[in-house]
Amino acid sequence: MEYILRVKGISKRFGNIQANDNVCLDVKKGEVHAILGENGAGKSTLMNIIYGLYTPDSGEIYFEGQKLEVKGPHEAIEKGIGMVHQHFMLIPVFTVAENIVLGFEPKGFRFNVQEAEKKILEISKKYNLEIDPKAKVGDLSVGMQQRVEILKAFYRDARLLILDEPTAMLTPQETRELFKIINNLKAQGISILFISHKLDEVMEISDRVTVMRRGKTIKTLNTKETSEQELANLMVGREVKLVVEKNKPRLGETVLKVENLSVKLKNGVEKVKDVSFEVRRGEILGIAGVDGNGQNELVEAIVGLISSTGRIIFNGQEIQNLPTRKRYEKGIAYIPADRQQDGLVLNFTVAENIVLKRYYKKPYSNRGFLNYKAIISEADKLIHEFDVRPPDYKLFAKNLSGGNQQKVILAREFSSSPDLLIAVQPTRGMDVGAIEYIHRKLIELRDSGKAILLVSLELDEILNLSDRIAVMYSGEIMDIIDSKNATREQIGLLMIGKKKKEA
Amino acid sequence: MMVKKVLQSILMPLIAIFISMIVGGIVILITAKQNPIYAYIALFSGAYGNLMNFATTLTNAIPLIITGLGVAIAFSSGLFNIGAEGQFWIGAIVATYLGYQIKGLPWFLHIPLIIVCAMIAGALWGGLVPGLAKVYTGAHEVITTMMMSYIAIYFSHYLLEGGPMMDKGTIPQSPVIQNSAKLSTLVPNTQLSSGLFIAILAVVVVYILMYKTTLGYELRAVGFNIKAAKYAGMNVAQKLVLAMGLSGAFAGLAGAVQIMGVQYRLYDSFTSGYGYTAIVVALLANNNPIGVVIAALFLAGLSTGAQEMQMQTNISGQLADVVVGLIIFFIAIEELYRIIMEKIRTGKTKLQPVGGQE
Amino acid sequence: MNILSIFTNPYLWASTIAMAVPLALPAIGGTFSERAGVVNISMEGIMLISAFVSVAFSAYFHNAWLGLLAGVISGILVAYVFAWAAAKMYANQIVLGMAFNIFASGITAYLFNAIYGPEGTPFDTPKLPDVRIPAIDKIPVIGQILSGQNVMVYIMFVLIILSQWFLFKTTIGLRLRAVGENPEAAETAGIDVVKMKYLGIILGGAFSALGGAYLSIGVLNSFSPEMSSGRGYIALAAMIFGKWTPVGSFLASLLFGFATALSYTLQESSISKNIIMMLPYIVTILALIGIGGKSVAPAADGIPYRPKK
Repeated sequence: MEYILRVKGISKRFGNIQANDNVCLDVKKGEVHAILGENGAGKSTLMNIIYGLYTPDSGEIYFEGQKLEVKGPHEAIEKGIGMVHQHFMLIPVFTVAENIVLGFEPKGFRFNVQEAEKKILEISKKYNLEIDPKAKVGDLSVGMQQRVEILKAFYRDARLLILDEPTAMLTPQETRELFKIINNLKAQGISILFISHKLDEVMEISDRVTVMRRGKTIKTLNTKETSEQELANLMVGREVKLVVEKNKPRLGETVLKVENLSVKLKNGVEKVKDVSFEVRRGEILGIAGVDGNGQNELVEAIVGLISSTGRIIFNGQEIQNLPTRKRYEKGIAYIPADRQQDGLVLNFTVAENIVLKRYYKKPYSNRGFLNYKAIISEADKLIHEFDVRPPDYKLFAKNLSGGNQQKVILAREFSSSPDLLIAVQPTRGMDVGAIEYIHRKLIELRDSGKAILLVSLELDEILNLSDRIAVMYSGEIMDIIDSKNATREQIGLLMIGKKKKEA
Repeated sequence: MMVKKVLQSILMPLIAIFISMIVGGIVILITAKQNPIYAYIALFSGAYGNLMNFATTLTNAIPLIITGLGVAIAFSSGLFNIGAEGQFWIGAIVATYLGYQIKGLPWFLHIPLIIVCAMIAGALWGGLVPGLAKVYTGAHEVITTMMMSYIAIYFSHYLLEGGPMMDKGTIPQSPVIQNSAKLSTLVPNTQLSSGLFIAILAVVVVYILMYKTTLGYELRAVGFNIKAAKYAGMNVAQKLVLAMGLSGAFAGLAGAVQIMGVQYRLYDSFTSGYGYTAIVVALLANNNPIGVVIAALFLAGLSTGAQEMQMQTNISGQLADVVVGLIIFFIAIEELYRIIMEKIRTGKTKLQPVGGQE
Repeated sequence: MNILSIFTNPYLWASTIAMAVPLALPAIGGTFSERAGVVNISMEGIMLISAFVSVAFSAYFHNAWLGLLAGVISGILVAYVFAWAAAKMYANQIVLGMAFNIFASGITAYLFNAIYGPEGTPFDTPKLPDVRIPAIDKIPVIGQILSGQNVMVYIMFVLIILSQWFLFKTTIGLRLRAVGENPEAAETAGIDVVKMKYLGIILGGAFSALGGAYLSIGVLNSFSPEMSSGRGYIALAAMIFGKWTPVGSFLASLLFGFATALSYTLQESSISKNIIMMLPYIVTILALIGIGGKSVAPAADGIPYRPKK
């Protein structure tokens, strides 16, 4: 059998999003096949369909020559498909052995620990994956935890191993270890599906690569016969969307200066590594990058929602030790990435949401009592200025469409006369008209002499709006380039980890 | 528009009440072999039928309203104050002590003094241990408030059974409070006191607090969406402790009013029952202060009317509890109605899975 | 009455064990439920229902064992409804628990009045027997403590060991615990999360029912309304204090039982009696705050889980 997996014409729709659109994929037995694509390309949906977590709307999958119809992960596992998810499916308080055999325990009412451990040691020796079966998973490093996930697949006799963004949480050394393991497995005849957005890794480890974009499979290539340039082009596409008219920036003094900012999470992972940059009046600094490379943590650190080390200087003042509210008061506005979870209280009215950050100030309240007249008049004014529909301040935020919810947030943040506006994914999920409107407002703000820090996963948006573009990869800023001369390809390469070539 | 909103929020409790009464009626039919409609009429008239009965209902409603307000404040902030009973007791203890110990004070000073002290005591009982524990260690307030409840009850036993608050004699009860601490009776030969006005005042205060002040705005924000509250720069930990404290304060007030208006002394009993029923009140009222009044009247009516029903039909008054339990149950499984509505609308039984985060 | 004589009185220790039974049994039941990720505060209500049903059937069939069986079955049925509401309807588990408790309190008192009237249950209702163990009986002091207890005490000891083994040494126990820690991981491993939750809740109901039956036909041979008097809630505390394990729950229940037994012995000074009664609750709060080691609940406890498929 030459092909271990054949995907023919798989399509899957969620609501009005076509997550997979006639996807076709062939994986040869014993090869490392990479799937390359940006966020929203459809990679995870496809994997979940193969693994039995979703049912496709149409199309067929053949595994080892047989048509694959699984009703759930248990069946997929039994057929020989193993998956290592991006977010580990592990139980920290259980031991390695317990985690590995869960669901496929040795036969018998009593849990036969000895037999489980014995088999695990056998497998770990066979595939050269050293592990202590008695260790508690919660005590292990991320790299070791991933090893447990891989062992899980082989405990169940996987012949096809799907790795979903496996290096997302690994240190460089752990990534090296992983690649050694992958080559080892290949030598043993295991087929591997390697999902990633990291170009350098794909070039290094894969035999063939399939590029996905917007739910479609674009092209499959032999890795040796292609180049990073070509892959970047395919990944990022050439469609041209809206181009906003904008003048040259009229730069003023520095509003925000970030020096050696680092963010370390509770589990020890460093999400932001020693980042420095500045934003000046009258300019838009865009931060580009694939989701998960530290952009969110960077923004939260600047606003004070997450702890960080390093200096944050705003209009000449050090603010890294100030609480969030004080930072807002100094003149920072913040449009968060998840408007429903963070930016709005859905059970509050539009009016109540508009004053979410200033309800405690005059004229909206006086000595602890809310002044509804002032709140309503402000809400009315902003609703009309930002064209929120339906124009009713009494409506609950949860009853507005996504686009209008975003307008409420915009209205709130813009009207606070900030010196710096931080906008994260400001047009996510919105239609063309709304996107154009928001882009216009952002340019207006910039032309009036304010500074804007724009974080977006949409390369088009970054290219259209930004005056300068900083690209984040793995917690670091790869480079900051002038948008005038920037090309998609150039940014695409930076986004996937390829440093600017030293001259 | 406003009417529609009000109707929508009443719909769920009304459906639940309706179904529960039907089930209760079936139970009556089977076990007592009586006509349930006749039983319910007796129930209703026993609760609201004449002035005396209505006065008794109101008397029972007063502690339910005030404690219900307290529980509603906690619920609005996302907290489960199950220990309102204990905070009620603490308020009662403080009120009794100050009530009989302080002599020579005119009533317009004595009563407010007691109210303030009882509220502070209740606030500390709810806010200090359970509130701080929740914020700094994550200890779940359901257990901590319930434990504090038991501690309060045993504390009261300690005080009364040969303890510092026991009256002369052999019965474990406190001395009677001074006349200056007693609330006047509104309707002669009933227990209905001017505590009713305190209850109404409390409703107004809580309504203003929750909907007209910045603190109320913040509490509701925290209760609806704690992440958004943090994003907005609110000091969430402080709000949670305040919420527990306020909740305890009102429960304590209810205890004080019960002493000053009805009992006039502290008895050695195990439970007033008001603390737990107040939870039902807040649930039915969906945390709305006006709704609390209606729900309290309903539940107080159930218990008063149940006694009347028992006298007339020999059906045990405990049936009221059965109905109440059923009501909460039917409210708790509200998902079922969603599923039924979805089925009616689309003819499918399963909702589409929410998909693909890439 | 000097201190030493109080503590050397074997009756104190015998009562400690006896008082621990209606706490330990629901507490162990609670561990099954919570280890599967469901907060179950309806134990109080199930105990009450089972207490009533046990007496009723015991009186009707003139057989205490049939009464016990009926009680357990009633507990299982009630737990089944709870499981449906919690695991399939995603109801708020705390509100649900309160609903059951209030309902149980009402229905048992109501039926008690309706069926038996003011005289109460017949006074010739058989109760579960006390058991003397010949071998232990002869040993001084220990014999008085461990022999002659009600049969439920010995059943409890067996169940403690079985439960501990079941939860931590069997495959099903492993899967149950997985569901309470990380239901998503369990689901991707192919485990039926809903079925496991049902199992945990129903086991919890059965154990609580045993505890309830002990109250009515183990200690006494009658029922009175509210006879569980909050033991279901105390059992919750015992479970938390016992770090969500059957053996731990039992030991914690012993502590609570000891406090109650001690308070009955110290009858003169009410100071000590009531202060002592407070102790278990204070200790629980301290345990929750993390003094004396953090008591960690199963990670996904109390969170309704919506399966992907």
